[in-house]
Amino acid sequence: MFAFSHTPLEPETYRAQLADPAAGGFVAFEGWVRNHNEGRTVTRLEYEAFEELAIKEGERIVKEAIERFGVIKASCVHRLGSLAIGEIAVWVGVSSRHRAEAFAACRYIIDEVKHRVPIWKKEHYVNGDSGWVQCEHCAHGAHRHP
Amino acid sequence: MTQTAPLFGLVLAGGASTRMQRDKAALAYHGRTQLEWTYELLAPLCTATFVSVRPDQRDEPIRAKFPQIVDKTPGIGPLAGIAAALTEHPKAAWLVIACDLPFITERTLRHLIEARDPSYIATAYRSSHDGLPEPLCAIWEPAARTEVEKHLQADKKCPRKLLINVGCKLLDLPEPEALDNVNTPDESLAAAARLGRPTASSTFDRPSRESVSIRVQYFAVLREQAGRREEVLDTRARSPMELYEELQRRHGFALRPAQIKVAINTEFSDWNAELKHGDTVVFIPPVAGG
Repeated sequence: MFAFSHTPLEPETYRAQLADPAAGGFVAFEGWVRNHNEGRTVTRLEYEAFEELAIKEGERIVKEAIERFGVIKASCVHRLGSLAIGEIAVWVGVSSRHRAEAFAACRYIIDEVKHRVPIWKKEHYVNGDSGWVQCEHCAHGAHRHP
Repeated sequence: MTQTAPLFGLVLAGGASTRMQRDKAALAYHGRTQLEWTYELLAPLCTATFVSVRPDQRDEPIRAKFPQIVDKTPGIGPLAGIAAALTEHPKAAWLVIACDLPFITERTLRHLIEARDPSYIATAYRSSHDGLPEPLCAIWEPAARTEVEKHLQADKKCPRKLLINVGCKLLDLPEPEALDNVNTPDESLAAAARLGRPTASSTFDRPSRESVSIRVQYFAVLREQAGRREEVLDTRARSPMELYEELQRRHGFALRPAQIKVAINTEFSDWNAELKHGDTVVFIPPVAGG
């Protein structure tokens, strides 16, 4: 399952949906809004997405993770809109029989989501500036941050 | 008893297409121009079928290959086309169809022909929107000629008002949406979607260099630079690459294609994919989820 939320994420709800009698463990990753990036002080973040395609691509990633690592269930929920420092931007959870594949599948999902899903992040800085961030994967391009 | 006149077909293709901003007869919802499609729908049902054109349109490639009836008084609109047909073949009745009706079906035309009543000057459908006669999907009898000429001489150009004033045989549409017409680029996109066009890529061809309507949606930095979330544009671009070059000139986008991905109709696509009428294109700037 891949979804977007325009309101604060609710990890307890998503975690409960991954419960399974065959599961021997559960791994989650939460991406949080931090107060700095590349040496600049960040005051808040804004996320937007091309939702129709993002949901399709996010679903594909979750399905790939389940098949590739043989885990039981997995899901990812991404926040949209304006976020304050400390809020959860993205939540990934995986339940599986054993811990190794749960860690691997969780890592796979967050990495692929960052690179493949059409979601954009705008940072607002303490001096009033703002700028669109691009993922490390694309950062060798000539795009300059304002 | 009324002698029933032979039925000739007339496709109206002389309009200025002002609101569409491009030739409505050249739009393609069914895999060929709307003019060709309408003509082929009509021809098997009529003794002879013609295309109504303005004098300056005679030699246009999409019109030149059809038998034509040329308007004598261009600038008047469809009533001039109907008048020209009634004058050129005064013993024929005319099944008149506008070329901007992509939802019309053979069933709707056959029903009109079967219910035709030659004791009226015309047999027409009642609009499913306002209940008034639809003059541009109607059978005009030879007797309509004198009424049409009288109206034109009095500078009355509206064929619908003519049918209201003089009276005609009115029928209910067997398919209520069959006469929905398409006048603007937005309506054209909606029509293409209703006909299932945007996803059915292999069934749609267009002549080279024919322009198409494309919806472009913008996100993130491109949305800010374009100053809008989306726009519908007529373009001769054949691929997302050509379209992006056009939009770079228009909006001054700084990103290079190598930094961008492309989606057509909410699926990732190739930069060299063929753009089709009604497609929605998104240029995806570098992403940064998480």
